[in-house]
Amino acid sequence: MQKKRRVDSAHVSSQLIRRPIQKCFAIFLLPTFICFCIGFLWPFIQGIYLSFCNFNIPKDAKWVGLSNYAKAFKDASFVHAFWNTAAFAVISIVLINVLAFAIAYALTQKMRGSNIFRTVFFMPNLIGGVVLGYIWSMIFDAILKRYGTYLTANATYGFWGLVILVAWQQIGYMMIIYIAGLQSISDEMIEAARIDGASGSQVLFRVVIPNVMPSITICTFLTLTNSFKMFDQNMALTGGMPSVMMNGAKVNMTELLALNIYSTYNINKNWHGVAQAKAVLFFILVAALAIGQLVATRSKEVQQ
Amino acid sequence: MKERYSLGSKLLTAIFAIICLVWVLPVLAVLVNSFKTNAAVNQNAFALPNAETFTGIANYVKGMTFGNYPFWKSVGYSLFITLASTALILLCTSMAAWYISRVADLVTKIVYYLCVFSMVVPFQMVMFTLTATANNLKLNTPWSIPIVYLGFGAGLAVFMFTGFVRSIPLEIEEAAAIDGSGPIRTFFWVVLPMLKPTMVSVGVLEIMWVWNDYLLPYLVLDPTKYKTIPIHIQYLKGSYGSVDLGTTMALIMLSIVPVVIFYLTCQKHIIKGVAAGAVKG
Repeated sequence: MQKKRRVDSAHVSSQLIRRPIQKCFAIFLLPTFICFCIGFLWPFIQGIYLSFCNFNIPKDAKWVGLSNYAKAFKDASFVHAFWNTAAFAVISIVLINVLAFAIAYALTQKMRGSNIFRTVFFMPNLIGGVVLGYIWSMIFDAILKRYGTYLTANATYGFWGLVILVAWQQIGYMMIIYIAGLQSISDEMIEAARIDGASGSQVLFRVVIPNVMPSITICTFLTLTNSFKMFDQNMALTGGMPSVMMNGAKVNMTELLALNIYSTYNINKNWHGVAQAKAVLFFILVAALAIGQLVATRSKEVQQ
Repeated sequence: MKERYSLGSKLLTAIFAIICLVWVLPVLAVLVNSFKTNAAVNQNAFALPNAETFTGIANYVKGMTFGNYPFWKSVGYSLFITLASTALILLCTSMAAWYISRVADLVTKIVYYLCVFSMVVPFQMVMFTLTATANNLKLNTPWSIPIVYLGFGAGLAVFMFTGFVRSIPLEIEEAAAIDGSGPIRTFFWVVLPMLKPTMVSVGVLEIMWVWNDYLLPYLVLDPTKYKTIPIHIQYLKGSYGSVDLGTTMALIMLSIVPVVIFYLTCQKHIIKGVAAGAVKG
């Protein structure tokens, strides 16, 4: 009896809801789907195809097999950009997450003015990457001028300049996520730990941090993908400068992967295919890192 | 009241007050320099303006109207593109999400997973081919670029809306249907009002994205005809030295001010939107 009724209600809701909506396919789903095909799906498929071709514009593409990929791997500037990006990602992930968590932890304590502080920390996030790059290049240049040098004189300046810029921009964002995580921990749990005689650091490491594991997952995921996809800030701050000659190829010392792909398109017309091959490799790398990182930290959450 | 804050917490407040002052220093530096002459910015960017170097609002006036491409045009294009794209994304993706979660057949499953997949694809992967496609279809004007934004930005929005629509009980829509309401009416009069919180979250994320986006409009639009604010600022940087630095600082200030006003007025929603977007992303 019970079972029959459930089937009936499923049937009724299918008649009432599913069928009539299905008839409106052209109104509800089609516009988004067409735009999605124009703005993502078709360019994505065409992009994969063109990575195996030589081309100036998509129409005159000639199949060349894997030679674009071979060229990409041999390109010193691409390899350099890869290691640069990896180093940048590791440093900024650690720096941003540690600082953002510390600030969030402090701001969730009983404290006057904590709302104003949150507002201030989050603000840089709303400023676009290009404008941020301009602001910081002015500041770094003004500071370095006192020592008789400038930002793009030395790759080390540009690299750490970008780290500072990105930390300034993203700490507030991650702080918001950590605050949300910290506020979901019940006071009773911390109280109970205190009564059991846990010290301040024990409460932090044994109670608080395991309980904000989901926030840590999200924040490392976001900082990881953000730093690998970094483009605007990189372009606006140093534009990849300074450049040096390495094995007969020009290498921009502070260039990250996304900017390297972009400049490959722009600088050499015969290298459009190589740039597209680099873009495919870049996509595989970002997707693999994102999925791998999610799987790895999600499994840690389960153990808690 | 006095008892509530211990000495330690007062100390913490003091420390954070100092950190926050350092935090806003970059923006303050831009503000101060926007009132100085070009030479004074070049000489020492950290000095306060004095009687000689203070320009009043001259930099702002000059910046807004300077050159053959005045800044106010870029502000207009940025505003239009941001608002139109966000409105289009909110309307179309919420409808699509409702369809996806209520019909739930093979087609919608495929569309849904394609959307989720698109979220991990970096823009560089499609940048060249997307530009070519947009040019072929004449989507390269500020009036049609919202379609490109809807296409590339659909993934996250569909994902967030679908997650929320699935949590809405079916009974409400069933009741509406029994009362004789068709799908279009049900969606706009019954479902859409319930979607408001998610609308705000998605809207905030899209506004922040489109307003600050540089590469997509730069590649798709013809930058000599149409500039958005980030494109305009990047052009100024490209001509470093030849452009008046004080004026540039004034323009940077003008591009930050709307964002700060937007932030201060909708702070609650922005922070909620960020937290919601992060949890789901």
